[in-house]
Amino acid sequence: MGKVLEMRAITKQFPRVLANDKVDFDLESGEIHALVGENGSGKSTLMSILFGLYQKDSGEIIIRGEPVEIKEPRHAIDLKIGMVFQHFMLVEPLTVAENIVLGAEIRKGPFLDYKKMVQEVERISTEYGLKIDPEAKIADLSVGLLQRVEILKALYRGAEILILDEPTAVLTPQEVDDLFEVLLALKAKGTSIVFITHKIKEVLAISDRVTVLRRGRKIGTKPTSETNEQDLAEMMVGRVVLLQVKKEPAKPGPEVLRLENVSVKDKFGRLRVNNVSLSVRSGEVLGIAGVEGNGQSELVEAIAGLKRVSSGKVYLSGKDITNWSPRRNRAAGMGFVPEDRHRRGLVLDYSVADNLVLGIHGDQPFVNRYGFRQQDEITRHAEGLIEFYDIRPGAPAQAAKHLSGGNQQKIVVAREISQNPELLICSQPTRGVDVGAIESIHQRVIAQRDQGSAVLLVSAELDEILSLSDRVAVMYNGEIVSVMPIEEATEHKLGFLMLGGHPEEYQKSGVSGSVDQA
Amino acid sequence: MWTKLKSLPWYEVLLPLVAVVLALLIGSGFILYVGENPLEAYRILFTESLGSMRNIATTLQRATPLMFTGLAVAFAFRVGLFNIGAEGQLYMGAFAAVWVGITFDLPRFIHLPLAILAAMVGGALWASIAGYLKAKLGVHEVINSIMLNFIALFLTDWLVTGPFHGGSWVPETVRIKPSATLTRIYLPTRLTTAIYLAVAVAAVVYVILWRTKRGYELRAVGLNPEAAEYAGISVSRNLLIGMAISGALAGLAGAEQILGLHNRFIVRFSSDLGFMGVAVALLGKNHPVGVLLAAVLFGALQSGSAALDRLTSVPRELITIIQGLIIFFVAAEYLIRRLLRLKEDA
Amino acid sequence: MGDLLAMMFNTTVFAAALRMATPLIFAALGGIISERSGVVNIALEGMMLTGSFTAMFVTHLTGLPWVGALGAMAAGALMGLLHALFCVRYRSNQVVTGTAINIFAGGLTVFLLRHFFGSAGTSPQVTVIKDITIPVLSQIPWVDKVLGRQNPLVYLAFVAVAVVHVVIYKTPWGLRLRAVGEHPQAADTVGVNVYRMRYTAVAISGALAALGGTYLSIAHLSRFSEGMTAGRGFIALAAVIFGKWTPLGALGACLFFGYGDALQMRLSDVGIPTQFLNMLPYVMTMVALAGFIGKAVGPKASGQPYIKG
Repeated sequence: MGKVLEMRAITKQFPRVLANDKVDFDLESGEIHALVGENGSGKSTLMSILFGLYQKDSGEIIIRGEPVEIKEPRHAIDLKIGMVFQHFMLVEPLTVAENIVLGAEIRKGPFLDYKKMVQEVERISTEYGLKIDPEAKIADLSVGLLQRVEILKALYRGAEILILDEPTAVLTPQEVDDLFEVLLALKAKGTSIVFITHKIKEVLAISDRVTVLRRGRKIGTKPTSETNEQDLAEMMVGRVVLLQVKKEPAKPGPEVLRLENVSVKDKFGRLRVNNVSLSVRSGEVLGIAGVEGNGQSELVEAIAGLKRVSSGKVYLSGKDITNWSPRRNRAAGMGFVPEDRHRRGLVLDYSVADNLVLGIHGDQPFVNRYGFRQQDEITRHAEGLIEFYDIRPGAPAQAAKHLSGGNQQKIVVAREISQNPELLICSQPTRGVDVGAIESIHQRVIAQRDQGSAVLLVSAELDEILSLSDRVAVMYNGEIVSVMPIEEATEHKLGFLMLGGHPEEYQKSGVSGSVDQA
Repeated sequence: MWTKLKSLPWYEVLLPLVAVVLALLIGSGFILYVGENPLEAYRILFTESLGSMRNIATTLQRATPLMFTGLAVAFAFRVGLFNIGAEGQLYMGAFAAVWVGITFDLPRFIHLPLAILAAMVGGALWASIAGYLKAKLGVHEVINSIMLNFIALFLTDWLVTGPFHGGSWVPETVRIKPSATLTRIYLPTRLTTAIYLAVAVAAVVYVILWRTKRGYELRAVGLNPEAAEYAGISVSRNLLIGMAISGALAGLAGAEQILGLHNRFIVRFSSDLGFMGVAVALLGKNHPVGVLLAAVLFGALQSGSAALDRLTSVPRELITIIQGLIIFFVAAEYLIRRLLRLKEDA
Repeated sequence: MGDLLAMMFNTTVFAAALRMATPLIFAALGGIISERSGVVNIALEGMMLTGSFTAMFVTHLTGLPWVGALGAMAAGALMGLLHALFCVRYRSNQVVTGTAINIFAGGLTVFLLRHFFGSAGTSPQVTVIKDITIPVLSQIPWVDKVLGRQNPLVYLAFVAVAVVHVVIYKTPWGLRLRAVGEHPQAADTVGVNVYRMRYTAVAISGALAALGGTYLSIAHLSRFSEGMTAGRGFIALAAVIFGKWTPLGALGACLFFGYGDALQMRLSDVGIPTQFLNMLPYVMTMVALAGFIGKAVGPKASGQPYIKG
């Protein structure tokens, strides 16, 4: 055994944040070491420094006892470090073998020895039990196989230290199981693995030791056997996890949103949402729980008119609004907080005031009847919302890109709620947002429910689902597998269903051990 | 630091100024190479372009078409479109203007506006081909605009040497009727009322982009099309509108050339006016006021260039070299920021 | 009608087509290498022009046209490095920088022409690269009239196509080139130096385009004249796209465009305006881009500066 890697007092300052603040990290030979923390805690930065993608400001890296300077990925590769990125680093038009050997090609004279490349890839893939067709085109592979190619890329280069950055984020539960098997096999062959994740259950299932980061600082390292879910959660978040939102029991009114057998296809014609029927009533929050990528995004975008409903019907207060444009939907009383504020929710170069009218910019009183914008009204509108939602800094003319994530999200939430929508759709409303803003956003959503809006909430955070919802639906593989009142929803049960468990089986199996492992 | 600086208006002016200074510095290397004194050459350039009212008038006359093409390119940039096709739109606009100018016999107050309008329509329609292919089929507008430049060039070539040939040995049309010509305002220079039109159009462009709902939507599409879509703004419609307006503005440059300068269509009359529009737009930071100023600078360089030949041994193409260099440097904001030791935020 | 067909399928026209295609082929190969590395090159025109001038100038000085060709390639490579410097290092917009190169090269060549040779729009005559007879080809009937006796640069263009094809698809450098143009970060994370690849590729691109320009000034004609490339750089760009960024595809497109060029003079005699043939490459490229004949899709990272980390 012995340490293959030591990182000492690594510090990295980005223009706006201190990403790593004197972080220590070490890796034993042949262990799986989980590196955990919430989004933005600095785990990816730390490993990017190790792989030579970022330069540390200070600190030391020691590999197998030798101090090293890693200025480029090439240096890291030479030190037998491999990294599997969250966003795959694969070249689509090339084949599997070509991707794997890229940068370390096998030559015959001045030419590529393609045959030998294929053989070599086959050899490694059999050796580690990672089955793949070396001559397949990347564009034709599933996500799970793409990840396999990434791991093979590292192994081909002789990686003894393997870093995996959030490897399960994009995988189906079955693929996660496969990945874990692969990792255990690699470990058995002596590979040392750093496993970056923010999912506690994965830590417990796979790792030997765990290091927790929070806001760029190391909180601690423990053997996995000496810790548990609650303990890790507290280390990650810094306080008891369950966010308590003050709310009265719901007083549901008439039905506002009704989905009848809604299906949505992606641009390749694959079914993403399969025959979903749901109903949300005025004065209640319906939460949709699910592992990301199970069709939630497509479902809400289809309701909002940003994706086509391929079959089925959407009704808003009894009106058929199937495949209405976003503009008509808005006019009909729909508010929508999109999951990605930078991509959808904001025009970052626009001022706070201009962002606060995005989507209602053409309504009275923001334009007059000749199409000219009424600057005074727009500013007045902004000042009101800035004060009510405590958006900082509070200058309406400030460009939105200069605000923090939490304040940017407040702009989106403020704008959508300010229209007092009959139906409020919130998709990942607190992603990448600081704790203070989370609480404020949660309170506004509940207040809007109490005003009589129907709220459809989609979140990958179970805590958020559990603390805001009055009813919970679970989405898996494009289908709603179960809908239950909040009283019946436990983290355990939702987790079981989110991973593809059958609702009836949950009753039968009771507390099944398999859930904790997955 | 950078964030604060960037919000200051002077910084918007500083970058283009540095680009111009760098280009002139390198240009002086060329002047030295041919054995002349750069200061003397630049002095001549300056006095010959801005040293007298008459020279200023000539400079403004040279600047006028660049104001239109600059506005055209800048407008498209604001909508997220790179209209490198102003050259072709200018030709199509020019042809439409010459056609109206030749064909109709109307009182001036109808004839002239009609010819100008025709040029706008001609440019707008031509630009709309690239706009349509972008909006409906997602084909990048740059390549299509380049291709359309050449197609317009050869199409007008054919029209002017074929069906609309003036009859002389020169490849040009007959002259337009006097009732369709723009009035010269500073004889003997060829400066016309088009300069007023250019300033007015710049003001209109400003109002459209920053004071109307349409402008809000156009800019939103340019900055973040997905957010625009989310906000109920039709991306494809605004791309079409943006490209059409841009083409109409380029068409105005054609109108100016025909109705003000040449009074007939001479094949390939445009000396890269459309491409220079790209330079003018970038140098003017895609702002109408900046575009007007940048066009005047380019107009000054061009109007002073003849004097270089006359009074020095520096070939007048020095000006083309300097214009090319200015484009290099305005595009290289990153370089200039580093030269000024200004850090970029992440 | 029979006359027209006889005119179209005529060895003289085919031979002329090869000559017209030659400068296009070199420039298009240059365009492919540059775009494959992720740098859009609308500066082919300016690079060709630089080559035309330098070839003439060096030949004028040395009397050796082949030295002129080498000089032209060096000058083209320098223009390429200039393009790359701004596109790669200073992250400029590649289309804007390309426009700058075109305007700069247009100004520079005439500036130097007038400085060295007075105010005329053309240079004095220089020695040319002479046509050669290929013994084997000139034995075969029909073929000899098309391929038997041509300029060495015509033959070299075909060799260049083969070489570029092999380099792109069969060598490690070619694999890296394709990777860098599609997904530079992926290449970077396996230790491929993206910046160096792009500098090299754009420099080669410039050298090839300049060789195309060389053909115009010291093979096809025997002098340089102002703006003598006359848009051929853009036709080459069209061929790159029409040939879907592959050397063989571009070769086909260049031959076709060259054929159209060669046919022009003859068709105008029968009353078909030459301008419509002139338009053909551009119209066809637009049609190809629109996807009516199998969609033309370029390298994914083309046009985007790569920022490390």
